[in-house]
Amino acid sequence: MEKFIRIESVSHVFTRGKTQVEALRDINLSIRQGEFVSLIGHSGSGKSTLLNLVAGLTLPTGGVVLCGGREVDGPGPERAVVFQNHALLPWLTCFENVHLAVERVFGSREKKSQLQERTRAALALAGLSHAEHKLPREMTPGMRQAAGIARALATEPKVLLMDEPFSVLDGRTRVHLQDELLRIIATTGTTVVMATHDADEALILSDRIVMLSNGPGATLGRILDVNLERPRDRLALINHSRYLAHRATILRFLLGPQDPTQAKVAPASNLPLEDVNSH
Amino acid sequence: MNKVLSESGRREKADQTFGILTGPTVGFAALLLIWQILALRISGFPGPGPTFDAAAELFSDPFHAGGPGDQGIGWYVLTSLISAVVGVLLAALVGIPAGFAFGRFALLDSICAPVIRILRPVSPLAWLPLGLLVFQAAQFATLWVIVICSVWPISVNTAHGVKGVPLDYLNVARVLRLSEWKVFRSILFPFVLPYLLSGIRLSVGTAWLVVIAVEMFAGESGLGFWLWDQWNKQHVAHVLIGIFVIGVTGFLLDACLLASARRYWHDEA
Repeated sequence: MEKFIRIESVSHVFTRGKTQVEALRDINLSIRQGEFVSLIGHSGSGKSTLLNLVAGLTLPTGGVVLCGGREVDGPGPERAVVFQNHALLPWLTCFENVHLAVERVFGSREKKSQLQERTRAALALAGLSHAEHKLPREMTPGMRQAAGIARALATEPKVLLMDEPFSVLDGRTRVHLQDELLRIIATTGTTVVMATHDADEALILSDRIVMLSNGPGATLGRILDVNLERPRDRLALINHSRYLAHRATILRFLLGPQDPTQAKVAPASNLPLEDVNSH
Repeated sequence: MNKVLSESGRREKADQTFGILTGPTVGFAALLLIWQILALRISGFPGPGPTFDAAAELFSDPFHAGGPGDQGIGWYVLTSLISAVVGVLLAALVGIPAGFAFGRFALLDSICAPVIRILRPVSPLAWLPLGLLVFQAAQFATLWVIVICSVWPISVNTAHGVKGVPLDYLNVARVLRLSEWKVFRSILFPFVLPYLLSGIRLSVGTAWLVVIAVEMFAGESGLGFWLWDQWNKQHVAHVLIGIFVIGVTGFLLDACLLASARRYWHDEA
């Protein structure tokens, strides 16, 4: 299948005053159309940065990001973003928040009634029809995040970029919203890139899981192909051997020593001298 | 947070024991008592009784129009109010766009902020001579002073609001590639509005303080002029009434603005 998103030798250095922090180093990654890819790593591993680079909200200091054969030189509605903290405008109702995006993307081509129809459809898809006149503060965290996803999907983006979209939710809401998301993208065929630090979440949702080493200067660790059949049943997966093996791989990567040189040096330097001598 | 909670908790408790009106009643009763004691001790200082009689007479025909020097107190209040409101509106006309510009363009802010920091603490009355020099008329000089002292809180508060717009909201705009105008109308303005309104509230408060003082100096009209005129005529009861009217008017102004500002507060969810 064609490589839809191509991240080629991308590195990124943040400059804050006089200090420079290297967030990402030499990242190469290709994503197929319709694929669901998770970026997993600790906070500070540069997964948000990588997501922002694909979104075009940040431009790489080295290398290039291509989307659909064109260089990403700025943000655009074909690469919709679901923000970690929903980023709904608090003075607009749920409907108005989604409509703002719909109006911008389809306003020049479609009639008012069609735009409203699109907005309603997006809200219905996210299960928010009953809440369309509510302000964000009147909604539960789960509903707000769902509205953020509805706003992103309402513009029919080619790519959906999600920055830890479920991290602020409680367990039950999280599972519900993840299932909704899977159901929606199964019908739309949207390519999804999601940053997360949750191994189970990544395994339930993704086709591939990209593990990022700890920053600064994060690089790609392993890339895991999640060859589990869809739809994935959470309960059935609890004892699924391949699921457990994948999970172990991810946790070993996240919790274990990542850099072989660090792994050897660090424990030795932490040992008290007399311990070393006594052996 | 805890402090606020305990504060409101204490307040609720106080309301339960006393009832909502008990506090103010006790407060004003104490004021009257102190007033009465002072009146008995100081000669020429009218007590509550004579002052209320004078007030009853004064307010029997507040919009009396008998030519210069023979006008009802209502006209004086109205003149001062109009000066304050027009002054603040003119200041808003300058201060709001300036605030947006300072908030959006760091370079402009770095140029203007130091100047504002020097000019802002200047007592408003110090601007009066310049106003008289330039405008040659007390009425315009009064407006000038009000504009000068109102423009700082409006522009500074507006700029503060603009600088505080969450990056996420602006990123939403960037992803959607919203036009500058749409960004202003849908994101910047609604976000800044409460800051702007609190700036206006501050400046109306200042303007009300200032207008009375300026009218005493340069006045040919207004409540400040009237109060000073009554002092010159040794109508001390009227001076006391003037103080009360200024206080009540200022309180009502603030209450109106607070009520309207509340409608536009947005809670972050």
